Amino acid sequence: MATLKELKLRIVSVKSTQKITKAKQMVAAAKLRRAQAAAEAARPYAERLEGVVASLATKVGGSSTAPRLLSGSGRDQVHLLVVMAADRGLAGAFNTNIVKAARNHAEALLAQGKTVKMLLVGRKARSGLIRQYGKLVIDYFDTSVFRSIGFAQADEIAGKVFALYEAGEFDVATLFYSKFRSALLQEPTAQQIIPVAIPADSAATVGGAVVEYEPDEEAILAELLPRNVKIQIFKGLLENVAGEQGASMTAMDNATRNAGDLIKKLTIEFNRSRQAAITKELIEIISGAEAL
Amino acid sequence: MADLHFELVSPERLVRSGPVHMVVVPGAEGDFGVLAGHAPMMSTIRPGEIAIYASAGATPERIRIEGGFAEVSEKGLTILAEKLEPVTAH
Repeated sequence: MATLKELKLRIVSVKSTQKITKAKQMVAAAKLRRAQAAAEAARPYAERLEGVVASLATKVGGSSTAPRLLSGSGRDQVHLLVVMAADRGLAGAFNTNIVKAARNHAEALLAQGKTVKMLLVGRKARSGLIRQYGKLVIDYFDTSVFRSIGFAQADEIAGKVFALYEAGEFDVATLFYSKFRSALLQEPTAQQIIPVAIPADSAATVGGAVVEYEPDEEAILAELLPRNVKIQIFKGLLENVAGEQGASMTAMDNATRNAGDLIKKLTIEFNRSRQAAITKELIEIISGAEAL
Repeated sequence: MADLHFELVSPERLVRSGPVHMVVVPGAEGDFGVLAGHAPMMSTIRPGEIAIYASAGATPERIRIEGGFAEVSEKGLTILAEKLEPVTAH
């Protein structure tokens, strides 16, 4: 059995751990609020753009001159997986879930004999995938150097993706990120970004009005499609940030509670052994006195 | 005359939303002014300044935008812009 001193030290150490996890939880909660606000603020742009793109795409979509981003390259041999994860751990299974989703997808593609390439975003995506798929990773975007994720970063990542697409490096691009459902629930999501997938039910958004296009539908669409891809990436980044903070908050909440339980248990043990020691001492004194 | 409902949206947030008198937009094929009741149209925007007139004859508020898209519908004018910064009056 541990001595009193050892127990005391353990309690102190668990208490300081609890302080750290509690602080981390509060930081995550504050950051989560900010990240959620940012994600919400970005929504109007994405929604409006999506509506316009969908209505234009259904108009132009059939024609043979449709932009390549919409029609695709006509093949689906080479797949690019854009995997976005966080930079930091201590967020429960957040990063693992994204990495796992990407890995499953990659394995399925490889089993079909397709070529897989990867573009990783975030330190944990890199550490989770580089060992197994080192040769497939063609690029890595480090987000840890930025203090906050903004549209500029999405712009840069999208730039890389477009450059690769222009160079014919891949045919289909899929984005992996975590959809933010709530602080407790983040859903690893795979989303095809190139060729642009058009939701089928959005054809009627413009209504019957005759709309004038300047310069013309196709030119507008050609300009809006890249922007739409950028927005998708931006949205993914923002959802990821919110999800990471949510996951971190939950994980730290659990850790704090665990530490509390442990402290309770250790305190009981400490009190018991202290009482045992006192009783033992009393018995010694009494039996000593009786012997006289 | 009724006011034009104008929305300016950047990827990060809804920058402004409200009624104005007129907005002059640097369209890809030339500047155009939008008043209330404008015919529906869509246009890309070249980098330039949009001028927002809060009321007829007022000094316009100028905002510099880079790369964007304007949509006029019966609901009003919506401008989606990637980068924007207000131009301070000289």
